[in-house]
Amino acid sequence: MTSPSIHPFLQVENLARIYPSPSGGEPVTVFDHVNFRIHKGEFVCVTGHSGCGKSTILNILAGLDSASLGNVFMDGREVSGPSLDRGVIFQSHALMPWLTVLENVAFAVKSRWPARNKQQVREHALRYIELVGLKGAEHKLPSQLSGGMKQRVGIARAFSIEPKMLLMDEPFGALDALTRGVIQDELLKICAETQQTVFMITHDVDEAILLSDRIMLMSNGPHARIAEIVNNTLPRPRDRSAIHKQPHYYPIRNHLVDFLVSRSKLFGSLRDAPDAPSSPTVFDPADLVESDVEPVVVHTPPVGKPHIHLVNA
Amino acid sequence: MKTRFSLSQKAGLLSLGLFAAILLVWQLLTLPETHVAAANVDPEYAALMGGGGAKAASGFPTPAAMAQTVWDKLSHPFYDNGPNDKGIGIQLGYSLARVLGGFFLAAVVAIPLGFAIGNSRVVYQAINPYVQLLKPISPLAWMPLALYTIKDASASSIFVIFICSLWPMLINTAHGVANVKKDWLDVSRTLEVNPLRKAFRVILPAAAPTVLAGMRISMGIAWLVIVAAEMLVGGTGIGYFVWNEWNNLSLTNVLFAILMIGVVGMALDSLFGVLGKRVAYQE
Repeated sequence: MTSPSIHPFLQVENLARIYPSPSGGEPVTVFDHVNFRIHKGEFVCVTGHSGCGKSTILNILAGLDSASLGNVFMDGREVSGPSLDRGVIFQSHALMPWLTVLENVAFAVKSRWPARNKQQVREHALRYIELVGLKGAEHKLPSQLSGGMKQRVGIARAFSIEPKMLLMDEPFGALDALTRGVIQDELLKICAETQQTVFMITHDVDEAILLSDRIMLMSNGPHARIAEIVNNTLPRPRDRSAIHKQPHYYPIRNHLVDFLVSRSKLFGSLRDAPDAPSSPTVFDPADLVESDVEPVVVHTPPVGKPHIHLVNA
Repeated sequence: MKTRFSLSQKAGLLSLGLFAAILLVWQLLTLPETHVAAANVDPEYAALMGGGGAKAASGFPTPAAMAQTVWDKLSHPFYDNGPNDKGIGIQLGYSLARVLGGFFLAAVVAIPLGFAIGNSRVVYQAINPYVQLLKPISPLAWMPLALYTIKDASASSIFVIFICSLWPMLINTAHGVANVKKDWLDVSRTLEVNPLRKAFRVILPAAAPTVLAGMRISMGIAWLVIVAAEMLVGGTGIGYFVWNEWNNLSLTNVLFAILMIGVVGMALDSLFGVLGKRVAYQE
């Protein structure tokens, strides 16, 4: 591996979004001083309360929106508009309802490789449809599919263009807990196979723990920032039914929940100074002394059944 | 008993019953009145008075006479005995040709223009006042202007059809294009779809149901207007036929023409209904 700290794959510098006040008063700063880096192959989750600007940041990374201040660099190049290098999975799946599953994926494939002939496009699309477990449904229209199946098509479409980076805006937010669990497992599997770099927004703490390498926590807006970064040290491959038995599981989970419940509100007032640097504190459960972790974690929670996490989700 | 007939069977039966009732009322209203009078009046006197017997009832045909006319006319739809005596098929053909001509000219203008209006707020705001001003004008009001500038009666009626079909298609296309879901546009932006491919593969299919609804409305209006336009310009067409038969005082032929106008209008409408279903999608 080349030294990742010098040349991060994605670098976000001093990003800010400022809206002029509708009544002509002070402009509203949704977020500012947002800095972070994502390395190749890393799975990063962002969480925070509604209104902190998570989706705006994702849209800026996608090139669908632009920042008021700051820059985004990917692979050494500044991001200035949408690109096939960055695949997006929308919360609303955004499938074209007049196209079948195959046609929806093929539309993306044909956009990525316009020179390919029909047969090549079809085969490529079918491979990704199979990858998300939708073989046999390729000639159905989106209206004939369940919510989970639609989102799988969205995932197949995003992966099919083999983007350098995948952006997901609460992709499973509209799904029921059971379906969500199944698709999370599939996503975990596909990401492990493809070494995909992912930036994902989620409100679901358990989802973040299951999927991510790092979890960025955003404080509440206005003047939202990335307040803390949690290194998710849980070993891979991860298994939803056994993950809570890992010694680091509860320290991470408690840290995340505590942040969302209390610290996310405090953060803004602590950093009111306009020139306050954004250097988020990093929480790494590996830093915890092993003896501190063990007694607290393993014995307090009831011995978990897998479905508990689905319910929590 | 309840399950013996399906909904459409019941509706069909009711329709037939209604048809029978209409025929009955029609028959009763057109019964020769002179039967009663004839009893008291000398038949020779009655004949002198220009009527006599059943013939004197009224100019309004009985259902049987009407059926006879319909049969006769429909069995020879394409005869041509000079300017004032052509088969109904020929007259409808002239009208249809004008309607389709004007309609397609309007589509060629309205759909691309609607695309431009729907895509750009600036173009929308620039063109909107003209549309609002021109839309409520009765298409026939354009007729003198058309006759003066085009100097051809048939082309003028095509122009009138063009003008009246333009607005619903223009407005619906603009509306459909402006309301394409942002998600689909975002998808095509992230896929770097070029503008032409985006227009034909994303915006057009997304807006197609709205565009087709506009075309259906336009076609309906065009078919309404052609009759009036042809009454004005004369010469050929179903509108001229109606006016000519009115001058001949042949109510039977007028009624027949009315029936045909309805049948063709219905056929055109259901054609667009079928097309509309084909481009419809369910989210």
